[in-house]
Amino acid sequence: MSSGTGNDVLLRGLRVLGRAIRAEPRLFIVSSLGSSLFGLLIVANSYVVGFLIGHVVTPAFAAHRVSSAGLAVAVAALLGISGLRVASIFARRLGAGFMQFRLQARYRRAVTRRYLSLPPEWHQRHATGTLLSNASSDVEAAFAPIAPLPFAVGTIVMLAGAMIALFVTDWVLAMVGVALFPALFALNYFYSRRMSPRQIHAQRMRAKVAAVAHESFDGALVVKTMGREADESRRFAVFVTELRDGLVAVGRLRGVFDPLMESLPSVGTLAVLVLGTWRLQNGAITVAEVISVAFLFTVLAFPVRAIGWVIGELPRSVAGWDRVQAVLSAEGDLRYGEGDLPGDGPAELRFDRVDYRYADGPPVLAEVSFTVPAGKTVALVGATGSGKSTIAALALRLVDPDSGSVSLDRVKLPDLSSAALARATALVPQIPFVFDDTVRGNVALDRPGVGDDQVWAALRLAQADRFTGGLPQKLDTAVGERGASLSGGQRQRLTLARALAGRPRLLVLDDATSAVDPRVEAAILGALRRAGTSLLVVAYRRASIALADEVVYLHQGRVVATGTHQELMDTQEGYRALVTAYEKGEA
Amino acid sequence: MSDVATMGTIRRGLALSPELRTGLAGTIGLAVLQMAGRVAVPVAVQQCIDHGINGPSGPDTGVVLGYVAVTLLVLAVSTFCGFLMTRRLFTVSETALGGLRSRTFRHIHDLSMLHQQSERRGSMVSRVTGDVDQISVFLQTGGVQLMLATGQLIVSSVVMFVYSWQLTVVVLLAFGPAVAVIRLFQRRLASVYRTVRERSGVLLGVVAESVVGATVIRAFGVAGRTEKRIDVAVDDLRAAQQRAMRVSVTSFSSGEIGAGLALSGVVVVGTLLGVGGDMTVGRLTAFLFLVTLFIQPVQIATEQLNEAQNAVAGWRRILDVLDVDPDVADPDDEGVELPAGPLSVRFRDVSFRYPGGPVVLSGVDLELTARRTYAVVGETGSGKTTFAKLLTRLMDPAEGAVLLSGVPLTEVRFSSLRSRVVMVPQDGFLFDATVAENIRFAVPELTDGQLRDAFTELGLRDWLAGLPAGLDTPVGERGEALSVGERQLVALVRAYVADPDLLVLDEATSAVDPATEVRLQHALDLVTRGRTTVAIAHRLSTAQAADEVIVVDAGRVVQRGPHSALLAEEGSIYAKLYASWLEQTR
Repeated sequence: MSSGTGNDVLLRGLRVLGRAIRAEPRLFIVSSLGSSLFGLLIVANSYVVGFLIGHVVTPAFAAHRVSSAGLAVAVAALLGISGLRVASIFARRLGAGFMQFRLQARYRRAVTRRYLSLPPEWHQRHATGTLLSNASSDVEAAFAPIAPLPFAVGTIVMLAGAMIALFVTDWVLAMVGVALFPALFALNYFYSRRMSPRQIHAQRMRAKVAAVAHESFDGALVVKTMGREADESRRFAVFVTELRDGLVAVGRLRGVFDPLMESLPSVGTLAVLVLGTWRLQNGAITVAEVISVAFLFTVLAFPVRAIGWVIGELPRSVAGWDRVQAVLSAEGDLRYGEGDLPGDGPAELRFDRVDYRYADGPPVLAEVSFTVPAGKTVALVGATGSGKSTIAALALRLVDPDSGSVSLDRVKLPDLSSAALARATALVPQIPFVFDDTVRGNVALDRPGVGDDQVWAALRLAQADRFTGGLPQKLDTAVGERGASLSGGQRQRLTLARALAGRPRLLVLDDATSAVDPRVEAAILGALRRAGTSLLVVAYRRASIALADEVVYLHQGRVVATGTHQELMDTQEGYRALVTAYEKGEA
Repeated sequence: MSDVATMGTIRRGLALSPELRTGLAGTIGLAVLQMAGRVAVPVAVQQCIDHGINGPSGPDTGVVLGYVAVTLLVLAVSTFCGFLMTRRLFTVSETALGGLRSRTFRHIHDLSMLHQQSERRGSMVSRVTGDVDQISVFLQTGGVQLMLATGQLIVSSVVMFVYSWQLTVVVLLAFGPAVAVIRLFQRRLASVYRTVRERSGVLLGVVAESVVGATVIRAFGVAGRTEKRIDVAVDDLRAAQQRAMRVSVTSFSSGEIGAGLALSGVVVVGTLLGVGGDMTVGRLTAFLFLVTLFIQPVQIATEQLNEAQNAVAGWRRILDVLDVDPDVADPDDEGVELPAGPLSVRFRDVSFRYPGGPVVLSGVDLELTARRTYAVVGETGSGKTTFAKLLTRLMDPAEGAVLLSGVPLTEVRFSSLRSRVVMVPQDGFLFDATVAENIRFAVPELTDGQLRDAFTELGLRDWLAGLPAGLDTPVGERGEALSVGERQLVALVRAYVADPDLLVLDEATSAVDPATEVRLQHALDLVTRGRTTVAIAHRLSTAQAADEVIVVDAGRVVQRGPHSALLAEEGSIYAKLYASWLEQTR
């Protein structure tokens, strides 16, 4: 955006407007017709006023008597115009507003649909804050010029109408318009060209101020314990000052533009007075016509600014639109099959020579093969970065392997439908995610066949029935945004219950009980082994590892060995070092 | 919000930024001069018609030229005044609001942990960004327009009155009902705009779930459910926006009807007056021009209402934060320095409770000897973290006092306290900078060599060497380029270079990968050496290694003594805790 020239932005901005019009043609036509009517009424009103002064008022003053018929016509004409204006304002503003709101709503839906459809890998590459503003402020910015757009269209119609009326009235007076209107356009154009880089700069500084504040408040505890409040305030103040300077620069330019924009039409009115009197002397025109034209230039001023509003919003609009488009055109969706998983009960998970790497990073997994036999518990053990969480994601097809295959009861995961996959498998992630909903909503997720009985059973299994029973409204208790009213351990147990409530045939725990008291964790894992599901566990605590039927020992993305905990302890030095090293830490 | 409360907020908001009033008289003066330009044109029209066009000797270009020249001059001056006014306004308001941003930022840091935690991070950031922006938008667009419009209303009324008091009465009568209707609508508008704001907040929350919870939503195949929630929020917002638009247009058009009534009233009454000889054509024409100036301010006032309310709401949110007293305040110049040398700790009958919450700690009476290491243990929620926060004066006790080497904490100057007492918090938060910059956060003047020495002294030289760019390795947002354990390592080095006399460690609960764990333990031993150390322990090893263990249960200290002695007390809380730990490691 900043790299593009002003013309480029203008052109691309107009293209965005074009797409918006094609999306909502009816509302655009209604509002533009309303606005055009409004514009023509302004011209008509000036001529009516001029006519009344010239042909009703002046003769009446001269004759010292007034015809009530003439006055009645005057009142009827003025009120009639006023009534039509009200109608046109309704059409223009409601049409424009509804168009804008509908477009925003449509694109908010489209953007969030993409969020839900794009794979976790894509989400990992994008910061939460960016995605949030894509769906909110970027969508708003993209369609910000829609609100004044019909007004601007109506203004162009008004200016065309005014030019025609001027030429019909008198060619000399029309010259004022010929000089003035292009000047107004040029002023608007230069203004928006000079303004857009300033605004982009200010916007960037604004983002910087927000980023510094966010980080500083995030680390408030460190700031406080190190007694660095004053230094942080100084760091913040630097960006605040830069933002201030940026905004003052915006203000300086506006200080030039706003008053000029207001004065130019007045200069037109004054020119009309001079030229009009001269033409009057020559007998070329009437007093009524001079007054009409003078009045016209006075009332023109305001609508012409609508064009400036549209042009002024275009850079922001293009920037917002680009960011929205980046989301809408993002690729990499996982395509699901049609198949269902036959049978029921615990399912066998099989990894067959699986390779995986992130976009252009180094390989994360290489030739990984192992099996979780139906109904058994397998633990993944390895140092940080050995690929454990990636295996968890592959097991649920949150990502696809680069080569090799993952299958469930011998059905390859890509052959399963999304619903079948979700029914058969469940994941409890490292960091629990809780919806802003009730306990019931969080556990059941409106899944068919998950009633209150199932919810309570799952809560019991996850050792979460005690604290849920103690909540003021039990299952109906709202847990707040991100489960704010719960402790870390409670959140983990709630998400565990959610996974259990669907009676999955394969359950994957990605270090999912770290915030749970060790005693409680042992009880949970014990219960899970009896829950009739295959279990894949990413584990650190030795007690958890020891509970597994089999351990897969990973090192730098490769399976080094598979066997029982004891076997690995006896044969694998690296494994022994890893587990005992941890034990030293723990014990 | 009632009108009174709104006015109160605005008054307090203005009082908060006295800079806003710098040169205010000058700014207003410039605005009035700018206005004069607007009124000059109708006056010129009147003069030109009465003396130039309808002059005694017929249309006279010379006379008109004279008036126009004068008016052009007035216009030029007023345009220049407009430029000066806008520039002043931006400079003054942005300077004032920049100050407000900085002041609010500092105030948030000065608030106690208690208050910082009760606010969501995002909303604290809004206090210094979006909320201030809303005030700035209002001051610079709505505010200017309102100010200009009001001036315009007054000046044009005066000019109209000079021209004809009778016609002025007609205009006022015509606008009277419109103004009444607009005022009536303002209340409706205020409430519909409030709904719009609330619903966009709800929408943002739901959208955030689809982003933060993307993995969970996919894993459970519940995208449809989330879609529905988003759709409802999107449609609710749109419905509210459309309702607001309808109310606003209705209100706006009543002004339009007022203008129609005024114009026709002026024509009728003006003509009748003129027939009686009380009116000239020029004056009547000028009146028609003036009426158009009269209507704008009323309409602008309605249009700016939403922004005005946004600004007031922003101001109120900022005031709400600034109104919270930093209850844990720095005694500053009235404070004392901590005595030199190792620090001892004394808790004198300390109790703590969160406002409106249950008692977290009660009757804690302890003495901790200098240079010894202590492990505080207990189940989650027993009060041990609160103990650490009271010890570092992140919070103050409800009753009793905490003393370091005999000096009550509340009397210790923060500069002294923070340099002598350092806490390593659980999450080992790092700033988005390099490893070196994160450690210099504690002691800015350290050289690279000294930093490297610190790593070496803590046995972390090979770890540092393993980083892609050594000291200059960027740690990423929140330090997320490093693992949890590595972040704790850096936080530990940061505490080490601060060289405190009392070290408070809040151990992480989450598991760390074993290799890092070993490094961490080793470094920890070295950091604690020779200092008074209080560790909020989650690991058995920490408790075993400590000189003394303090067992907290349900807000009370129930046991205290060396690990082995406590273990010998059969059936005690510590014995049970130990049993469960042991069970874990088998």
